[in-house]
Amino acid sequence: MNPDAVVIAVLVAAALAVTLGVALGWAAARIEPDTDSLVERIDALLPQTQCGQCRFPGCRPYAAAIASGAAEIDRCPPGGEETVRALAALLDRAPRPLDPAFGTPKPAQVAWIDEARCIGCARCLPACPVDAIVGAPRQMHTVIAAQCTGCELCLPPCPVDCIELRPAPAVSRRHRQPRAA
Amino acid sequence: MTELLLLALGASLVNNFVLSNFLGLCPFIGVSRRFEAAAGMALATLFVLTLASGLSFALWQWVLVPLGLEYLRTLVFILLIAGVVQFTEIMVRATSPLLHQLLGIFLPLITTNCAVLGVALLNVNRQHGLLESLVFGASAGAGFGLALLLFTALRERLDTADVPQAFRGAPVALVTAGLMALAFMGFAGLGAR
Repeated sequence: MNPDAVVIAVLVAAALAVTLGVALGWAAARIEPDTDSLVERIDALLPQTQCGQCRFPGCRPYAAAIASGAAEIDRCPPGGEETVRALAALLDRAPRPLDPAFGTPKPAQVAWIDEARCIGCARCLPACPVDAIVGAPRQMHTVIAAQCTGCELCLPPCPVDCIELRPAPAVSRRHRQPRAA
Repeated sequence: MTELLLLALGASLVNNFVLSNFLGLCPFIGVSRRFEAAAGMALATLFVLTLASGLSFALWQWVLVPLGLEYLRTLVFILLIAGVVQFTEIMVRATSPLLHQLLGIFLPLITTNCAVLGVALLNVNRQHGLLESLVFGASAGAGFGLALLLFTALRERLDTADVPQAFRGAPVALVTAGLMALAFMGFAGLGAR
């Protein structure tokens, strides 16, 4: 093999690597989403109950709808006036009262299962948006109070109405603070 | 047209990349515990395989062959595949954050899927044209996805089956993969190359 071939080979490989590197760097800088970080910041202010009272499947879809202008900031009863004010400040809009069509704020609560009445049907497990219910078919279920957001979504599926909501102990207010990144 | 159809049939079923060429076994075993993850991996691999086989053909035809650098193909293809995978990740993250979250670590992991490099090298060895390369890549990806999804479904059932202690976990998974490969041998004789 003559020395020229080696030089050409090295040049071709280096050119390819540099081309790919530049193209990737350009793509990363060019395509990097800006709207996404706004969704993240709105999502961080929402209470993360995933209760669906805003008629969106969860807090993040609601945040995306606020960011795109498809929904107003007054749809989050679990967050209360406090969340509306924080959102208004973030988005530089005037605060507005909560829309009663989406429910009214309640004090923080957690679900509690009357274990004597639970028949172990496991129907509340898939309903829970944060997987705070522990249980298996034909076993008694229980609620992890620290994880429960008090969204009430487990109440309708229960065939024996053994789930009730109780005032939350102070520790379970964790979900009211912005999530850690 | 018939030629392309036979090529697609051959790459996806008769000479299935996982089950008869034994390429891409790492994700086949590694990402087959949960069905959702396997579906994400199958989709991402299909996309990357198609794109990478087209690009590697272009690179081979218009850069390596004219310069007489055919012996550099392994190095250059790996570089290209890594670039394509990174580009795919940037695109997916920008266009659909939800899909990006779903695929998670599997996107960058495709770089090390030997089926991708295998398709690029086989395209060169068999002297496929551009269209043939794309069809070959896409059907290899589809075949990989099919095998992966079937295997995942089997493994999810195996989790609840009464497997003898000594065979639990990886051993029974490998036995299952072997039986699947035997079953896929039934496709031999479909007449595709």
